[in-house]
Amino acid sequence: MATEHSRTAARLMVSPAVILLFLWMIVPLGMTIYFSFLRYNLLMPGMESWTGFDNYYYFITQHAFWDALINTLLLVGGVLVITVVGGVALALLLDQPSKGQGIVRVMVIAPFFVMPTVSALVWKNMFMNPVNGMFAHIAKAFGLQPFDFLSHAPLASIILIVAWSWLPFATLILLTALQSLDREQMEAAEMDGASWLNRFIYLTVPHLTRSITVVVLIQSIFLLSVFAEILVTTNGGPGTASTNLPYLVYAQSLLNYDVGGGSAGGIIAVILANIVAIFLMRMIGKNLET
Amino acid sequence: MGQITLSSITKSFGDVNVIPPLDLTINDGEFVVFVGPSGCGKSTLLRLIAGLEDISSGKIEIDGRNATDAAPAERGLAMVFQSYALYPHMSVRKNIAFPLKMAKMPQAEQDRKVENAARILNLSSYLDRRPGQLSGGQRQRVAIGRAIVREPAAFLFDEPLSNLDAALRVTMRQEISELHQSLKTTMIYVTHDQVEAMTMADKIVVLNAGRIEQVGSPLELYRSPRNLFVAGFIGSPKMNLITGAEADRHGCATLGVRPEHLEVTADGPWNGVIGLAEHLGSDTFLKVAVEGVGDLTVRVPGERGLHHGQTISLLPPPDKLYRFDANGMAL
Repeated sequence: MATEHSRTAARLMVSPAVILLFLWMIVPLGMTIYFSFLRYNLLMPGMESWTGFDNYYYFITQHAFWDALINTLLLVGGVLVITVVGGVALALLLDQPSKGQGIVRVMVIAPFFVMPTVSALVWKNMFMNPVNGMFAHIAKAFGLQPFDFLSHAPLASIILIVAWSWLPFATLILLTALQSLDREQMEAAEMDGASWLNRFIYLTVPHLTRSITVVVLIQSIFLLSVFAEILVTTNGGPGTASTNLPYLVYAQSLLNYDVGGGSAGGIIAVILANIVAIFLMRMIGKNLET
Repeated sequence: MGQITLSSITKSFGDVNVIPPLDLTINDGEFVVFVGPSGCGKSTLLRLIAGLEDISSGKIEIDGRNATDAAPAERGLAMVFQSYALYPHMSVRKNIAFPLKMAKMPQAEQDRKVENAARILNLSSYLDRRPGQLSGGQRQRVAIGRAIVREPAAFLFDEPLSNLDAALRVTMRQEISELHQSLKTTMIYVTHDQVEAMTMADKIVVLNAGRIEQVGSPLELYRSPRNLFVAGFIGSPKMNLITGAEADRHGCATLGVRPEHLEVTADGPWNGVIGLAEHLGSDTFLKVAVEGVGDLTVRVPGERGLHHGQTISLLPPPDKLYRFDANGMAL
């Protein structure tokens, strides 16, 4: 079927979509790279001038950059640990036959459909608020001092909020993987004298590695760019305690009106994300090979 | 040792009674085959013995010890599953060693036992491969190896050959029989294939809807089936079952004649036209429409040149007729 003629035709047919996608990617990237070499401040429009690598130099040498870098990694790592461990545990529970299984599963998946700003606001005002929040009420009921989560443990609180919304995703993928585990294998292991824990370690975990890899890869992509939760809850503060790279780029370009510096930060974030991606693929990508 | 006694065990799933009260004794060293059509409860019975399902009532004794409530691992039985149930991410060596590792046996002894089992089963050169890299027959042998190393009181086989192609099935059938000869361990084997049952068993248990229809050696079942079900199930091709006037003439409700016992003669009492002739080389199976009797299957030696449309005459051997009453019981 694939004659020379039809292959040429196929390329012609596909090319508009490919060209559009390529432009969609390359134009913003090109403009960002261009801006990152300009002295471009929104308070002084029309005064742009070429500065070379100055923007990069100032962005990297500021204190906030290193804080943001560490916060980004902590945020990604923390959420991954919580969602993978919690996801496996929840999937194991949901895999047990029980009454109302369907409803429970739908309810477990629900948080994933709540948009980030909304879930962050709900957490901020209804749970973590030191005066009216539910946690404050619980603390007071036990006669304890309410804990102001967002001021005293801002990054941990954001990790909690983000993990809450991503836990259903991990649970869902791990649950489907768990359901494809061969029941006869488990029975064989039971007859071989393996306890529940041994069956979990030697059969379930190896069976789940591939799905865990998928969860880690997909979540890493989205967690590197967490922004809404921070903007709504802490505004990156106190100080830089909960500022991650995307938020720092936002602060640089729109709070400090420094478009050039923000663009430089954006390019650095792209490079860092690629480094993380390479490490991830190296470490766990081999799990995806058959 | 491996004597298993089932006393009036039952099993129901919800309201569905799968196994009515059932008694059975399996002696040490016997090769017992549970055979029956799909859904007759033979696999359930095996799983009850294994402990993978709990019995609803009754008692299971293994070597005189009450094992009714014992966990599967405590019963000292090893099972080979239909899907082999090998652990896909472990090498063959680790698969076979898994039960030993779970029993916390010293590494040196584990290695010795695994090597030994691999030698018996011709797996020595595959020990470092994964199950996914093996053929069906090799996977089957790994599953058996995993059972052997435990030195169980009895082996349980759940339709182990049904995923293999016809030629391999014959080979593996012989290998399992030879294994039984050399190990002399009790084996319980579940199959729906009466050929496997006839060729391998010391004792066949024919099951139908959870009930035991008959227990006996293969030839006993072949020679004197207790009822219509066993008569129709054991033997290939199936026994001809004749009802109506011809059966009345012999004083029974159903008359049974095995295809291999019918003789083609010059002037028999049953005359008919060959509707279909299947030439297998060694044998020929004829489907003959006999007037007043019905369609009969006849087995004749292979090189008789009989074909479609010929009229032949059949002689039913008077000493090899099976007669059944209206309830299907043998007379």
